[in-house]
Amino acid sequence: MKYIPTIGIECHVQLRTKTKLFSEVDNDARGKEPNSCVSPVDYALPGMLPRLNGEAIRLAILAGKAMNCEINGDSRFDRKHYFYPDSPKGYQITQFYHPIIGAGYIDLPSGARVRINHAHLEGDAGKLTHFDTYSLVDLNRVDTPLIEIVSEPDIHSAKDAHDYCKELWRLMCYAGVTYGDLYNGNMRFDVNTSVAPEGSDELGTRTEVKNLNSFRSVERAVEYEIKRQSRLLDAGEKVVQQTLGWSDATGETTGQRSKEEAKDYRYMPEPDLPPLNLSDEFIEAEAAKLPKMPADYRAEFGGVIADDTLEVLLDYPELMRKLDEVSTGPAATVSPTVAEAPAGVPPVASPVDAKLISNLFASVLLAEEKSAEYLNDLPTGAELKELAEMNTKKELSSTATKEVFLRLFDPQMKGRGARNIAKELGLIQENDLGALEAIVDTVLAKPETQKAQEDFRNGEEKVIGFLVGQVMKESHGKANPSAVQDILRKKLS
Amino acid sequence: MKIANKTVTATRLVKDALEKVKYFEDYNIFTYLDQDGALKRAAEIDERISRGEKVGRLAGVPFAAKSNFLVKGYPTTASAHILEEFDSPITATSVQKLLDEDAILIGLTNCDAFAHGSSTENSYFGVTLNSCDRERVAGGSSGGSAVAVALDVVEFTTGTDTGGSIRQPASFNGIYGFKPTYGCISRYGVVAMASSLDCIGFFTKTPEDMDLLMSIASGQDSKDLTTLPDFYDNSDSMTSVFANIATNGELLASEPRNDGRERSGLQKHLSRIGVIKDFDNEVVDTEIRNALKEKCELLKSKGYEIVELEMPALKYALAAYYIIQPAEVTSNLSRYDGVRYGFRSHETTDLSSLYSKTREEGFMPENKRRIMIGNFVLSSGFYDAYFLKAAKARTLIINEYEEAFKKCDFILTPVSPNPAFKIGEKVNNPVAMYLEDLMSVSLNLAGVPGLTIPAGTSKNGLSLGLQIVGPRRSDKTLINFSKELI
Repeated sequence: MKYIPTIGIECHVQLRTKTKLFSEVDNDARGKEPNSCVSPVDYALPGMLPRLNGEAIRLAILAGKAMNCEINGDSRFDRKHYFYPDSPKGYQITQFYHPIIGAGYIDLPSGARVRINHAHLEGDAGKLTHFDTYSLVDLNRVDTPLIEIVSEPDIHSAKDAHDYCKELWRLMCYAGVTYGDLYNGNMRFDVNTSVAPEGSDELGTRTEVKNLNSFRSVERAVEYEIKRQSRLLDAGEKVVQQTLGWSDATGETTGQRSKEEAKDYRYMPEPDLPPLNLSDEFIEAEAAKLPKMPADYRAEFGGVIADDTLEVLLDYPELMRKLDEVSTGPAATVSPTVAEAPAGVPPVASPVDAKLISNLFASVLLAEEKSAEYLNDLPTGAELKELAEMNTKKELSSTATKEVFLRLFDPQMKGRGARNIAKELGLIQENDLGALEAIVDTVLAKPETQKAQEDFRNGEEKVIGFLVGQVMKESHGKANPSAVQDILRKKLS
Repeated sequence: MKIANKTVTATRLVKDALEKVKYFEDYNIFTYLDQDGALKRAAEIDERISRGEKVGRLAGVPFAAKSNFLVKGYPTTASAHILEEFDSPITATSVQKLLDEDAILIGLTNCDAFAHGSSTENSYFGVTLNSCDRERVAGGSSGGSAVAVALDVVEFTTGTDTGGSIRQPASFNGIYGFKPTYGCISRYGVVAMASSLDCIGFFTKTPEDMDLLMSIASGQDSKDLTTLPDFYDNSDSMTSVFANIATNGELLASEPRNDGRERSGLQKHLSRIGVIKDFDNEVVDTEIRNALKEKCELLKSKGYEIVELEMPALKYALAAYYIIQPAEVTSNLSRYDGVRYGFRSHETTDLSSLYSKTREEGFMPENKRRIMIGNFVLSSGFYDAYFLKAAKARTLIINEYEEAFKKCDFILTPVSPNPAFKIGEKVNNPVAMYLEDLMSVSLNLAGVPGLTIPAGTSKNGLSLGLQIVGPRRSDKTLINFSKELI
């Protein structure tokens, strides 16, 4: 039988605040000793009370706006109770009844729309490491601010599940609310999957695969669940509603607990935190800080930059922002040789520059071994614009352009500007026709070129390459080869 | 209270207090005594006084804190076994403010474990005896703190009041005990019982002392987001409270009194005192009802009008309280799991037994009773029927107090239905024990302030007390008004 899968996804996003959600200790525990970023509040000493990190509220507003969501001015916190050593208080502070982020939607690159039910703020749990006879508790991650984004069950394929997660990741990175480091669990996905016979009005029994931290494993887990559930139904068996784990190694889901064992979290309003009352003015002012989103860039560069290149680059918000700078920023003014744009002249969008730079980003920068490092310290938009202009004016060959582009990242050359670097490396092409003609004449006067000249006149087209090469040699590589060819053809005709 | 100076030294005051601690040892007032620390602090203060340096408003005054206050280096146990091995790394905001005024902390006082109780019989450290009759309970939960002041061991003590835990022991021991407006004093560093009800307050011998302590300890604290902006000493606060009421056309618009008497101070603003009709029945001890009537006569003689109030929603207070309070209790006690600090059972074999054995051995029976009730009312399927309904009843009670304070300035009521009862009398009857809180819990639900005042003694020598209830933020005026009842 043919089955239609229905998928809903919950995603936890760690917010990039300086301090934790309810205390003043460092929120970034990467590379730090276990239990070194823990305050008495996070440790849940007696008599400790949570404070509230205003930055987390601001980031939640941006996250909500990035997903076209309503922001609820009146939101509250609740306690979710469970006993486990990763939860020092014995409860998690979350927003069960009144979340800060209301309904919204995101559009996938394919055009499919996934509605967001809501998203709420909450504190993360600690981390346990299990050994044979004991377990170790690290509370560094306790009460790192999270938003949990709950989608509607609008997804119907493993591919769309993958794309939804990826788009969500992009939105959160563009909004600047998270570091987006998936390897370190900055975003984690819980995927609910069910299948129902085609044409059925009712949804099938769903399973939840918890704690996936890559788009690929989301896609594989959904594929696996669709197949597993379809096989069960084909065999006349029932799908058991349960929580599952996923193993990347075996490519299978495994049962963790069934619904009968489901926990009762005994939710209760958090009495230590007064309700949040955000004014419309505050929400609007914060929402206005939302930078350009992937959809904005698609609208801006669609048709200029090839679609596949654009989708690759969209994974790197810093590159898109740089491209934006190149395409809309003022004329390059880095090197003294380039005339400054007259004051008051508005920046002119230059799709050509953006196209060239986007190709350099995609095919040169991202291919570099050190690309991750380079991404953190990009050249200025003006430097890139200067480079693009030199290429357009044929002052740099495409090889030389790549060379200078890479040198812009070189710590030894950084900040000098494309023109200065190109000069230093002797890469600027000779475009002055008079000067080129003189070089061509010198070469044509040389005895070793006489035979080639004769052959060309006799119709041997390919020897033009040899002659161009001789001119290039004479010019120490600075001549513009196509200009040289033009002059040669003229002189030999 | 006696403040240290060049002739009466802080060392003298502390030594006197420590001698009395010893003398009254069998009352079982303290769970922890810091003799050396107190004497060292006293010597420092004396040194500063002798050098002519400025000292704080409580210089050299010995005091004690209830054992659920965190004080750096002290074993803050909340009189519970499960916190027996806990040494506090920080000091509660309220205690720190007192220390900053050079008061001298001599130790921690006994209470019902985690402040669960009305008699100080539920303490891991044993029962505290009543100051008037050693066969009777001190009241609770802040029993040790009440008896310490009643027996003059120290000038004042701190307490916590979640449903009457300051006001009831104050009345059982014939002293002043104040539960401020919710959010008036920071709860930071005080072991939480039920967060939306907990108030920090004091026991004193006089309203003047209470006023001074409130002035020092009150105020907004960035570490407790439920604290209100400073209002205690704002002289306009009371006027503004009443001005607000006046816009409803009630209080200040009361008809001019033409009895020809000169009025000054408080009486310019205050005129009507309410009494609650429903509390004047046989549930309440006759002697307490008579004490209330006497005080009403006294007020009438001073020109106040006595207003009878009908407050029908108050009959839901006890039921609502015994749902909301255990719910918050069970939540707040979740952190005591034996994983990170405090007591851990030696019977532990795995994670599940680490939790169950530690909590089984570490909590007192009353703690467990409240944990079970709390879990029940919060569990899925029961939340709407119990917790949510109680929350709605709470709103009714808040509204009813607001209505009442349109008809009168303050309300005078009994604190508890009877004077101190015999030790052991109610231990096996939790419902009878909960009924002790009948007239005190509605204040916590509404967040309004209440002051217990002494109201004489019964014919068999027991202290009687009454409470004055005011609107939110009327704390200072309320304490000042209590002088009218002396």
